[in-house]
Amino acid sequence: MQTVTSSRRGFVNFLMGSGFGAMAVWMLYPVVRFLIPPKSGEPTIASVTLPWKPAEVKTNSGRIFKFGSQPGILVKTPAGELRAFAATCTHLNCTVQYREEKQDIWCACHNGIYDLNGKNVSGPPPRPLEGYKVNVKGDQVIVSKGA
Amino acid sequence: MGGFPRSLAELVKAANAWIEERIDLSGLRELIRHKVVPVHRHTIWYYFGGMTLFLFVIQVLTGILLLLYYRPSAEEAFESVQFIVTEVEFGWLIRSIHSWSANLLVATMMIHLFSVYFTRAYRKPRELTWLTGMALFGIFLFFGFSGYLLPWNELAYFATKVGTDVAGQVPLVGHLIARVLRGGDDVTGATLSRFYGIHVAILPALTTVVLGIHLFLVQQQGMSVPLEIEQGGQPIRTMPFIPHFLLRDLVGWLSALAVLGALAAYFPWELGVKADPFAPAPAGIRPEWYFMYMFQTLKYIPAKIGPIDGEVLGVLGFGVGGLFLLLVPFLDRKTARGEKSPLFFWIGVGIVTYIVVLSVLGYVAPGGK
Amino acid sequence: MRRVWRRLGLILLAAMLWIAGGRAEAQRPPEGNSCIECHQGIGDPRVTPPAEKFPQDIHLAKGILCQDCHGGDPKNFDPQGSMNRAKGFIGKPRHEAIPQLCGRCHSNAAYMKRFNPTIRVDQVQEYFTSVHGKRLRQGDQKVATCISCHDVHKIRAIKDQQAWTYPVKVVETCSRCHGDAKYMQGYKLATDVVDKYKQSVHYEALTKKGDLSAPTCNVCHGNHGATPPGVDSVANICGICHSLTADFFNQSPHKRAFAAMGLAPCVACHNNHDVLRPSDTMVGTDEKAVCVNCHDAKSPGYQKAAAIRASLDELRGAVQRATEILDRAEHAGMEVSQAKFELRGATDALLKTRATVHQFDPVPIKKLSEEGVQIANRMHEKGVKAMEDLRFRHRGLWVSVVIILVAIVGLVLKIREIDRRGV
Repeated sequence: MQTVTSSRRGFVNFLMGSGFGAMAVWMLYPVVRFLIPPKSGEPTIASVTLPWKPAEVKTNSGRIFKFGSQPGILVKTPAGELRAFAATCTHLNCTVQYREEKQDIWCACHNGIYDLNGKNVSGPPPRPLEGYKVNVKGDQVIVSKGA
Repeated sequence: MGGFPRSLAELVKAANAWIEERIDLSGLRELIRHKVVPVHRHTIWYYFGGMTLFLFVIQVLTGILLLLYYRPSAEEAFESVQFIVTEVEFGWLIRSIHSWSANLLVATMMIHLFSVYFTRAYRKPRELTWLTGMALFGIFLFFGFSGYLLPWNELAYFATKVGTDVAGQVPLVGHLIARVLRGGDDVTGATLSRFYGIHVAILPALTTVVLGIHLFLVQQQGMSVPLEIEQGGQPIRTMPFIPHFLLRDLVGWLSALAVLGALAAYFPWELGVKADPFAPAPAGIRPEWYFMYMFQTLKYIPAKIGPIDGEVLGVLGFGVGGLFLLLVPFLDRKTARGEKSPLFFWIGVGIVTYIVVLSVLGYVAPGGK
Repeated sequence: MRRVWRRLGLILLAAMLWIAGGRAEAQRPPEGNSCIECHQGIGDPRVTPPAEKFPQDIHLAKGILCQDCHGGDPKNFDPQGSMNRAKGFIGKPRHEAIPQLCGRCHSNAAYMKRFNPTIRVDQVQEYFTSVHGKRLRQGDQKVATCISCHDVHKIRAIKDQQAWTYPVKVVETCSRCHGDAKYMQGYKLATDVVDKYKQSVHYEALTKKGDLSAPTCNVCHGNHGATPPGVDSVANICGICHSLTADFFNQSPHKRAFAAMGLAPCVACHNNHDVLRPSDTMVGTDEKAVCVNCHDAKSPGYQKAAAIRASLDELRGAVQRATEILDRAEHAGMEVSQAKFELRGATDALLKTRATVHQFDPVPIKKLSEEGVQIANRMHEKGVKAMEDLRFRHRGLWVSVVIILVAIVGLVLKIREIDRRGV
């Protein structure tokens, strides 16, 4: 009788022990992974640091960047000033582009034209492009909401 | 002594001996050895206090993990939660568990409150336990209210607006209360900062103290036995807290853990849309379910009753209800005398019915905001 | 007695002004104007309405009163003296004299400068180039004159949203005649144009989406110089807004072909008044397509139509598939906002491809659609991965549940054991 009980006891202890042990590992694993910072570093969006140096951006040119989940366009005017706008056309949401021969911002979908202040000057767009603030800190260009 | 511990049991024994040589743990040992839990047909309710405690511990652990990535400013809060949920490994899991566990915690807390109420466990000598418990109830509701705003999404923003509006209806000091809560006249980034401080510092500190007293009292005084059983004449069976009751507690806690995991995997907590203070309020703003009955009640009160604002009357009503519950150990004379107390029983039934019915109506009744 | 009437009339007028004064522009006419006071006081439906409407007229707001258009002497309260034709009283002008009457001021640049230096003063001149103006000169009493479109005695400023000429109200104004089949009997004009226009995307954009730049009657037909555009000029008018599409069309072989066949570009496929929301089904070789109206099965055009439709279908299908799986993943709680952001590249391509259709050349169209298809397929992959991640989560959960269950079973067994032992 004694032997059965004690081996039975042993089994139950083993079951409990291994159950708890497995649980401990199974739960510790996500916590450890959570603590290790992900590759993307940090959340973005109220402001974005662009991957280009100010000098890299040619005068009279523009390029698209990601601002949160929306596209933005960085423009260096012919006068050399850096400006940024939301790149979503206010007509039907296509992504706009910079036109260096016309020195304006253009939407290829239906020929919407914006001036370098983001104002809609011709074509179907009903509203100007939303403007962003551009700050240059040393070698970094930082774009943030709220021009 | 001296040999290498060969099994877990030996290791534990050696560690114990090392500590015993330095600290006198005999008081603690006595407690552990002799603490018993009464066994009777209402024993099941004893588990809910511990369950609430367990869920609170889960909240603290997941909360600590979350605050390593969360950013408490209006510009970054939403994006930081989005980041946690999309980029951080298992961030979705930690976040969903935190949100679901908050709701489960309030639910078990309410069951705990009402089971204590109906078994009259608040009677002498446990009035202080009841008072600290009511304080904890308020603290945890505030935990829920402040935490709800932190993701800074549309629903949270407007729910906070409505909630602080209602708080502002308290006569005389309401305006001041609303201003202090909001950190200003409106719900803004200042509100978010304030709620964050409340949620991660002020309330946890308060909880430590109040919960500490609450648990100390429970250990000191043991578990209360319902009057009918106490007065029944039969000797009361008991079971040792360790290991019998604790193991049963663990079964409950592990089940809760499994439930939380399932909820996180199958019903992940929504991220929602980032709050835009300039957008009009979306249709169907609702508070969390544990505030729903109050919200719905306010909807039913007419705008003006005589010269008084309906909302003010509602808020006062809630205040009176809360005060009643708070003072019940002192109001329930019959129970204090050891007699049956049908009045308080039916008042309790009334309160529970009111809460259930109004909460259900809040979800089912037509005519949302 | 007359004094009493005068006082009563004034009080009545003041009261009515106050009541009617809810919306802007209700002015109080100067006291002592016999035109207003008498016409008000008489209460005759033939002569009272103008006086009642006038307080809301922009002319009153600018200090221009009854006598400035109708002549007469407002200081004279005697019917003979105030309405003396010998002294310049015009009364109700003849229909055909109205343009000149309005033109007395509105064509006078020096005069109008006092009110608005940039305002146009060629409206009457333009009017007489229109069908309305020409027919008026030929004696047609039914055609529109200034007051038919601008109202009379309650003329509102053009930026006033209640004005008959406010963009949203223009179709209502024109349809007073052009939508009335009985009135238009005898003219060789279609009378269903208003109904047709109300089915169009332009009308929907104007009224439902609040886009005031959407075309209404006057945008394509002109307002003062109203003339239906001819077959050769319709494309230019559509091209004012749809410039890119017009450019594509003009580069295409259809331009010459349509001109040769006397077909109006744009209108031939899209109609003029009932311009409906276009769909990809308009292109291609099946019965709903417009291409087969001209191209028979053996023509090269037929092959091209089929190829173009194939590109469109492929891109649209790819975008739909990607959107559907991303939506499913999002709905299940997965975060796919990055993929949805990038999918915009494909929806952009779809919009551009649809515009490029008007080149009627499958080669550049296919190039454009291919780019979009690739983006859409990549995003579809991301959606697939998100769904896989979801399944990973569910699997992880079940493993957790099993582990926890093992621990619980162990616990329960332990509990039973120690209960038996009674410790």
